[in-house]
Amino acid sequence: MTQLSTIPKPRRNVELLLLLLALSVGIGANMLVGVDKEKAFDSDFWFQSSLLAVAALAFHVVLRIRAKYADPVILPLVVGLNGLGLAMIHRLDAPGDDTGNNQLRWTLIAMAVAIAVIWFLKDHRTLRRFIYISLAVSALLLILPLVPGISAGEILGARVWIRLGPMTFQPGEIAKITLAIFFAGYLSSNRDLILLAGRKIGPLQFPRFKDMGPMITAWLVSIGVLIFQRDLGSSVLFFGLFIVMIYVATSRISWVVIGVALILGGGFVASKVFSHVGLRIDGWLNAFTEEVYGRQFGGSYQIVEGLFGMASGGLVGTGLGQGRPNLVPFANSDMIIASLGEELGLIGLFAVVMMYLLLFTRGFRAALGTRDAFGKLLACGLSFAVALQCFVVIGGVTRLIPLTGLTTPFLAAGGSSLLANWIIVGLLLMISHAARGPVDTTPLPAGNEPAAESSNKPTEAVKPL
Amino acid sequence: MSELTITALRFGFLILLWVLIFSIVSAMRRDLMVGRKAAAGTPTARQVRKNPELAEAPPQPVKQQAHQLVVTEGPLKGTTLPLAASPILLGRAQEATLVLEDDYASGRHARLFPQGSRWFIEDLGSTNGTYLADQQLTRALPVELGVPVRIGKTVIELRP
Repeated sequence: MTQLSTIPKPRRNVELLLLLLALSVGIGANMLVGVDKEKAFDSDFWFQSSLLAVAALAFHVVLRIRAKYADPVILPLVVGLNGLGLAMIHRLDAPGDDTGNNQLRWTLIAMAVAIAVIWFLKDHRTLRRFIYISLAVSALLLILPLVPGISAGEILGARVWIRLGPMTFQPGEIAKITLAIFFAGYLSSNRDLILLAGRKIGPLQFPRFKDMGPMITAWLVSIGVLIFQRDLGSSVLFFGLFIVMIYVATSRISWVVIGVALILGGGFVASKVFSHVGLRIDGWLNAFTEEVYGRQFGGSYQIVEGLFGMASGGLVGTGLGQGRPNLVPFANSDMIIASLGEELGLIGLFAVVMMYLLLFTRGFRAALGTRDAFGKLLACGLSFAVALQCFVVIGGVTRLIPLTGLTTPFLAAGGSSLLANWIIVGLLLMISHAARGPVDTTPLPAGNEPAAESSNKPTEAVKPL
Repeated sequence: MSELTITALRFGFLILLWVLIFSIVSAMRRDLMVGRKAAAGTPTARQVRKNPELAEAPPQPVKQQAHQLVVTEGPLKGTTLPLAASPILLGRAQEATLVLEDDYASGRHARLFPQGSRWFIEDLGSTNGTYLADQQLTRALPVELGVPVRIGKTVIELRP
């Protein structure tokens, strides 16, 4: 874990400039989706655009007050992605649907929560005190969807939702953050132990069996999520998060070897034992056979329609509002990448992927810059969680890997995912504030100062009475 | 609205997307370059041992009263390290400037860095903590000449 340092510079004006550009992307997209229909510049358009702009500028002002040295490009990137997602969801709404406004509501709630995190937490190191609490919270969040009464039951084959009044919520999204906090705290305290003890086999140094405890636990948790919630995506996400964090903490390649072996082993067994996993893999490998395409459950209809959509978009796309992405089932959530690919083309889709890439590099940059091991691990873990989520979703939509039910961060319709990802952004901004800011060297309040005159005294400083 | 306007808007939007990306990258580029310059400055203890000329102060060192760091207690007792204008990483990790062979020290335990004419010590989230004159550090504090800094079983001091 190395550390880079920079000369402290707030660069908030750069952020403001980029933020205005990002807002023009979001609002421009929202304008284009309805430009040749009567719904262009309707009250919805003005309402949504002004709310998004006000919220983004409020976030910017909060950063000026509370986290002056935070990374200047993270907020514009996220606002750009979120604005693009809002426009696409608004565009996919059939007359009478309210998904666009619902997504806007959740965006505002999520931004407010992220602002609250920055305002009240002040220093990410405070979280280190809550590592075992966050483990307990993660366990609770993962169990909630299985508790009768709260559980929203099985929706689309997975049991990951809970019912809160009129809304449904995926607690697993929040568990991603609390698990990252736990892993970061646990590994930053026990890193030396895991690193030093161990046996060498060949070129790899393997850890002691008892140090593998947390890894086995993480594996069991992911398997549990897979069996009881039938959620392949989250299961891969939790386990991948843990492998990466332990690899970053110890820089031992053996963890990656063990982890990948466990994933492959678990995945192979799961594909044989659980029908839903087996069907997913079959729908991926044999997507274009007629039998698989037309199958009612676990068929490849969705993937193939998405691929056709992206193909009809071509290099430059059909133009926002001009294509027919709504032919694909779940075009505004699971398959939003395919919808964007159809209407913005390869060039536009690459721009979106590029924005994600820049976001991760900023997360990792914050990890390199911060001075405490906990912050480094937390920033790495959180940005990797977003990165892995993007890989799993975009890889699934483009048929690189089997399609699993993860959400596209910031783009897909869904409140819990937006909330969790905005909290991640809040934490990353705070860590980057600590990384890029100057070290606090102002004098301590009087009476709390270590005795400077003790230089004339014996080394055991005598405390004044 | 005419077909032509729509096509123009469609390409205009793609250009706008990439303008955003290029402006972000150019904002980042400056940041990365500053980081590289600053990161190249600190030679590790091993590099100093192999090439003694690396330990020499850079052309314009900050005016400081402290000129060396002395280990007064612990396994490395008697070791001295000349102080240049660059920060010093203390810990058990190989990348540390002063590699402490001390079981009670963390890998990256503490950092000693010059600011103005004084040296400051900052704990890097170590397991056992860093003590400046018997007081545990909770933030970066200035280290005066001769004040003991305890890291595990090691005690260091700054000397003129």
